[in-house]
Amino acid sequence: MTYRVGEAHSMGFQVFVPFSPWSWLLLLVALKCPEASSDLNESTNSTAQREPNVRFAAAGSEPDEKISVFALDYDYVQIPYEVTLWILLASLAKIGFHLYHRLPGLMPESCLLIIVGALVGAIIFGTDHKSPPVMDSSIYFLYLLPPIVLEGGYFMPTRPFFENIGSILWWAGLGALINAFGIGLSLYLICQIKAFGLSDVNLLQNLLFGSLISAVDPVAVLAVFEEARVNEPLYMMIFGEALLNDGISVVLYNILIAFTKMHKFEDIEPVDILAGCARFVIVGVGGVFFGVIFGFISAFITRFTQNISAIEPLIVFMFSYLSYLAAETLYLSGILAITACAVTMKKYVEENVSQTSYTTIKYFMKMLSSVSETLIFIFMGVSTVGKNHEWNWAFICFTLVFCQIWRAISVFALFYVSNQFRTFPFSIKDQCIIFYSGVRGAGSFSLAFLLPLSLFPRKKMFVTATLVVIYFTVFIQGITIGPLVRYLDVKKTNKKESINEELHIRLMDHLKAGIEDVCGHWSHYQVRDKFKKFDHRYLRKILTRKNQPKSSIVSLYKKLEMKQAIEMVETGILSTTAFSVPCQAQRIHRIKRLSPEDVESMRDILTRNMYQVRQRTLSYNKYNLKPQTSEKQAKEILIRRQNTLRESMRKGHSLPWGKPAGTKNIRYLSFPYGHPQPAGRDTRVAELTDNDSSDSELPSIMFKAHSRAGILQERRLTQEIIPMKSLPRGGKPSHFGYQRNTSQEEHDGRGRREALRPKPLFHAVDEEFESGEESGEETSAIRSRWSGEHRPTRQHHRSHSPLLQRK
Amino acid sequence: MTPGVHCQEEWDALCRFLRLVVVGVARLGSVGECHQPPAGGSSSAVSDVFSLSFSPSLPCFPVSSDQIEQLHRRFKQLSGDQPTIRKENFNNVPDLELNPIRSKIVRAFFDNRNLRKGSSGLADEINFEDFLTIMSYFRPIDTTMDEEQVQLCRKEKLRFLFHMYDSDSDGRITLEEYRNVVEELLSGNPHIEKESARSIADGAMMEAASVCVGQMEPDQVYEGITFDDFLKIWQGIDIETKMHVRFLNMETIALCH
Repeated sequence: MTYRVGEAHSMGFQVFVPFSPWSWLLLLVALKCPEASSDLNESTNSTAQREPNVRFAAAGSEPDEKISVFALDYDYVQIPYEVTLWILLASLAKIGFHLYHRLPGLMPESCLLIIVGALVGAIIFGTDHKSPPVMDSSIYFLYLLPPIVLEGGYFMPTRPFFENIGSILWWAGLGALINAFGIGLSLYLICQIKAFGLSDVNLLQNLLFGSLISAVDPVAVLAVFEEARVNEPLYMMIFGEALLNDGISVVLYNILIAFTKMHKFEDIEPVDILAGCARFVIVGVGGVFFGVIFGFISAFITRFTQNISAIEPLIVFMFSYLSYLAAETLYLSGILAITACAVTMKKYVEENVSQTSYTTIKYFMKMLSSVSETLIFIFMGVSTVGKNHEWNWAFICFTLVFCQIWRAISVFALFYVSNQFRTFPFSIKDQCIIFYSGVRGAGSFSLAFLLPLSLFPRKKMFVTATLVVIYFTVFIQGITIGPLVRYLDVKKTNKKESINEELHIRLMDHLKAGIEDVCGHWSHYQVRDKFKKFDHRYLRKILTRKNQPKSSIVSLYKKLEMKQAIEMVETGILSTTAFSVPCQAQRIHRIKRLSPEDVESMRDILTRNMYQVRQRTLSYNKYNLKPQTSEKQAKEILIRRQNTLRESMRKGHSLPWGKPAGTKNIRYLSFPYGHPQPAGRDTRVAELTDNDSSDSELPSIMFKAHSRAGILQERRLTQEIIPMKSLPRGGKPSHFGYQRNTSQEEHDGRGRREALRPKPLFHAVDEEFESGEESGEETSAIRSRWSGEHRPTRQHHRSHSPLLQRK
Repeated sequence: MTPGVHCQEEWDALCRFLRLVVVGVARLGSVGECHQPPAGGSSSAVSDVFSLSFSPSLPCFPVSSDQIEQLHRRFKQLSGDQPTIRKENFNNVPDLELNPIRSKIVRAFFDNRNLRKGSSGLADEINFEDFLTIMSYFRPIDTTMDEEQVQLCRKEKLRFLFHMYDSDSDGRITLEEYRNVVEELLSGNPHIEKESARSIADGAMMEAASVCVGQMEPDQVYEGITFDDFLKIWQGIDIETKMHVRFLNMETIALCH
């Protein structure tokens, strides 16, 4: 929202452009009705009714004008209209880029956006219109920049970031400074050479140029890294640079601008330089401080939004923006503030807000930042074509050369130092990649574009040089870095989300902290441990809602679970859940044989469940979304429906906790009732409990991974299903899986199997259930089923094979 | 930190434990062997340490005398100047009390498998060599090592972890053991119910089964995670960059003071 307002302002001055080429062009591009619109423009423009309200006056107070049947008033909507068209153009460019899916692999997205921008620019230039003032400083800093930075901060992988924080700060902070001053000073030396005709460019201007050209924007590189799965520290270096570099460059830029202004009127004393350095630190630290404060406030507020979850995203965005504005008001670094704010609140907000709000926040953030960035790139393309350039071979070539040289110097020098302190140093390959990833982007261009002309008579030359550097890095380096990464074969990581991994890593964290405690030394695992404890004891209690048991293990677990559920729904139960279908089918046959009346009762329960699901009518509230979205319920119903249709009968289902719709019963996990549950996971398991009343409070868990064996079901039909009874193994309560709700038939079945197979394949009983089991009633405890997933051709095995056995 | 700046007393102490060290380090290299006679006098001890520490049989455990000195001081502090540490001594570490897996960590120190004294059971007390042995699992992998050594070292580290899970020394992490660990891990958070912890362990086990066994025979039963399976699960995680304690890093040791 803020963004649009900003755009509206940006277009504000176009109101005073007599003829509007913009709307014309954009209509041409986006709406394909150029003739009509230009006619409209001309007609409305010619009447010179610029003020929107004049329109009403004109309509009402001029008696000699007849009421026209068809009237047009473009001016009234011009600003938002053009803003919308710009954004549409940007989005269409993106869509087009991704339509041909080999293209993103070949070149970074920014390349295409620049090309599109340049095309639009060429059209403008060709039709001989003045290049529009697309951006000014306040628009860039107030509206375009914050979403980009916010997104970076919010999506920062917190853990690896803080694991490498020393190296990141060292590299991103000092690297930017070295680059800025290095490039600035060496260009100043070049400017002293009379032959180049640059002698009017003074030191401050050079330094300023150095600071803006050193703002790298390695978003494209990150995409390459992600695809190539480079090792984590390397990725984090570049990410950290992307995150912090902007902030540092902008702070430096602003201070130097202030110096330049001052320089116009008086000499700069050494004191001023010292003050400038102090200011640099204050601005940075102050910005971070503000961000953290605002992050905590917004986290605290989201604690109370459970009843009005629709405004949760709003809180998040407004507070981030507020932190930016508040910091800027005090001349602190808004960029660092908004980054720190996002990093701080992320963790707590994620726990507080509902799932839907969380998704909304994520999407909205992505959307805003990509729109901002796209616009900047397109504007960059537009302003490439035009007469606002001054081509100075010497300056441009030396800029390009110095950018590379100083980047190389800073990378190799800084990493040489930081490697001394790292357990696992960055290899030369890593350093080469970091050197090569110095892609300049939207930030540099914007800063150059915003140089005040009054202070920089050679602004055009600076803009041209910046554009050349950007084009060079984006096109040449951006396109070749992918092959380079592959060629150098940098150390890779193959990270995938798995619960085991998460558990092991947690365990190792604690273990390391414990070992350090034993050693009696204080180092960073302990710092992390201490922070976690503090977080747990105080921060979390204050900032997050009560009864929100979360830990990263739990949340990862939920995430995976959700993913699975979604996959399942998307692909349809038949195709993916290879395991569940045969298993159910198999059981169906058995049920048929065994006890049709049980099946009846099962279906009864099933229908009742469905009824319950539907019964919960959606209540509409204008200002809010229900936490349980209708979509979830729809999925739920869909799944159930599919199941019932597919199999006229099924072995069962469970009502794990007597809760509306067995949502908790999934392939392998269940959380106790009361946790937010992703819907639709229940289909894989259909466990019936006739007598679930007694056990319905207990969660049931089944482990099942059956592969598709549909073809073979016939065979299975003929095969005897070997029932077996779970044997309480005296004295050895080792239990795998516990399924507390078991149906009568299963029970029977087990009995039979036992008969056929003397050697009990297992059976573990939960302690609490042992007695019950022995008494042999239906609520026998039970087994979990484990089997490998996907066994396409193999005769699928039974749901009843006890897959876990303890020796 | 050089011995020269210390008074005579400390120098003697240093020599004493350097002798110990040689034994400890030697033990690190020889899995099966139990004991080796202490090597020569104090003058040769240091060089012995270095030669041993970089010998090929000890891929990932180079030990510097500085570090050993550190550890020895800490050891004495923990043990109250006794030659051995008992379980109770670990109660003196206040920071450890808050660690959710405290008992597992302490147990690991006394685990015979980790001490390489046997295939099961717990030791009653450990001496400094044993202490060093345990600590040596947490050394960072030397980047100059070749692939084979890295693998060896990786395996050692993983074995230590595996032993933490496999509390009954039967070579398998059973579901029960796994649940136990997860419950302990989550015990720091009072909001998490036991059931959640269990279902997580169950889920993890399930996942492990599918990773390790893949396609199971109809009657196959997944009995638990064996060490080989454990290695498989860890395949994607570069433990060599994760399982190390910074204190044991030579470069940073100076910063600890």
